Amino acid sequence: MSVQEETVWQGDVEKLRGLVSDRALSGETMVLNMGPQHPSTHGVLRLLLELDGEDIVNCIPDIGFLHTGIEKNMEAKRYEQSITMTDRMDYLNPLGNNLAYCLAMEKLIELDVPPRAQVIRVLLAELTRINSHLVWLGTHALDIGAMSVFLYCFREREKILDIFEMVSGQRMMSTYFRPGGLWRDVPEEFEPAVRDFIDYFPAKVDDYEKLLSNNPIWLDRTQGIGFISAEDAIALGCTGPTLRGSGVNWDIRKALPYSGYEQFDFEVPLGVHGDVYDRYIIRIEEMRQSLRIVEQAIDNLPGGLFRSNNRKYVPPPRAELGHSMEAVIHHFKLWTEGFRPPKGEVYVRVESPRGELGCFLASDGSPRPWRVRFRTPSFVHLSALPHMAKGHLIADLVGIIGSVDIVLGDCDR
Amino acid sequence: MGVTPKLGELGVVTTRLEDAVNWARTRAMWPMLFGLACCAIEMMSTQASNYDMSRFGMELMRPSPRQSDLMIVAGRVTRKMAPVLRQLYDQMPEPKWVLSMGDCASCGGVFNNYAIVQGVDEIVPVDVYVAGCPPRPEQLIHGIITLHERIKQERIADWA
Ligand code: SF4
Repeated sequence: MSVQEETVWQGDVEKLRGLVSDRALSGETMVLNMGPQHPSTHGVLRLLLELDGEDIVNCIPDIGFLHTGIEKNMEAKRYEQSITMTDRMDYLNPLGNNLAYCLAMEKLIELDVPPRAQVIRVLLAELTRINSHLVWLGTHALDIGAMSVFLYCFREREKILDIFEMVSGQRMMSTYFRPGGLWRDVPEEFEPAVRDFIDYFPAKVDDYEKLLSNNPIWLDRTQGIGFISAEDAIALGCTGPTLRGSGVNWDIRKALPYSGYEQFDFEVPLGVHGDVYDRYIIRIEEMRQSLRIVEQAIDNLPGGLFRSNNRKYVPPPRAELGHSMEAVIHHFKLWTEGFRPPKGEVYVRVESPRGELGCFLASDGSPRPWRVRFRTPSFVHLSALPHMAKGHLIADLVGIIGSVDIVLGDCDR
Repeated sequence: MGVTPKLGELGVVTTRLEDAVNWARTRAMWPMLFGLACCAIEMMSTQASNYDMSRFGMELMRPSPRQSDLMIVAGRVTRKMAPVLRQLYDQMPEPKWVLSMGDCASCGGVFNNYAIVQGVDEIVPVDVYVAGCPPRPEQLIHGIITLHERIKQERIADWA
């Protein structure tokens, strides 16, 4: 197949009927392809655009360019083995995905989590949120044309990655949470590193705000763009900052607290206009609130176990293997066979940086899940994207895509 | 080349054509801005402040394949993405190189299933593989330096 043949579109015009308006079929409006290789689609999103001049008449997302078969792969692995898979789903929120999956497992087998593990989980999940918002802010600003914010954001992000590497040995795909707690206890250097970050970071958030919040170009490009009303946002299933940007107070951490979020004192920032600017302000404020949670967590870090002692589900520590026959048996059972949860179904939701991340687990009593399914925010938000984009200029589309913070790994899985 | 004008006005530099061309090729190699999955985030870190790829003349990522020399396949290549990737490769002008970043691009990684192409070398010729899931920025830089070293070894006889 030569390149020439490939690049000329030989599709059937009839196939477009129903997708685009009739004006496109008669040639009155133009159909334009955006992506999957486009710098501003945040990965491999493809959009079919129908344009009237520069105005967007229709916007049809085409997904699946990153479909990895993660859910199916998880069915072939034992419960504990699949944790590694969840990191790779929404790769800006690896620990949040771990958390959703571990909470689902714990609900299924009714496993207790020691308080120390819970607090460390919350702490790391909030650092992940900051991390994700930093990548979002950097790329979003880059799309709209502010290069330096990107460099600043990634500088701060390295500090968070250093903390992740310290606890888990990996920068991004840390797979640190396990059913019943954590993989291992945090090292000694952890606390000073987190405190350093708490001292260092607030001034940096102020810097981003100084660069952007009152910048006339930024205001022109973001205010009044990508509007979505509260009713529409609810009807389209939006969650997270996209929903809160329209002024709906819905945060799973407050509404349905999990993992001990009820002990922490933080606010949920809300927007008024539901446009790109409000969603930006919310994420900036969320970084500050997340930092507050991190601070409270490190101040009140309880001692004690970092992982449950229930030997039916949690392998014994290495040191016990030398002198306890029982420990050897548990270890052998868990590593050769895995645990067998009771039959049943559970659904657990957590607040990911993008919105509601749900994990559904169905067990048939075998050591492997019968079905795993994730309700991912990016997928839902992508269906709200056409609604936000219609009527705007094509140049604003990159801002709108950025503002709903789509991660294609999260969407396609 | 290592030529330093020591004698004041030294107007002439002699070198071999191969060395001059290879030097030019390695010092301003523009990668294509082409992120697929998680590895692309580490590729962005490599670009950004702490690791700073502009030290190697690579700060300019071109979103258009027609302006780029190096394709960094950063992430897992799905069956749906594979034809697109091949088309992008075909659109790049010669000379061009491919760096496969991460386990997924190199061999499928943890995803041995129906959706993922088990190694991008099934569709495009790969010059350097970088292991890791995701590779650290240092690893990616090492991969790039390895590629540069390879390019410096190229001979005129092979170009023809
Ligand atoms: S190698 Fe790992 S980090 Fe890279 S794309 Fe594959 S799963 Fe993601």
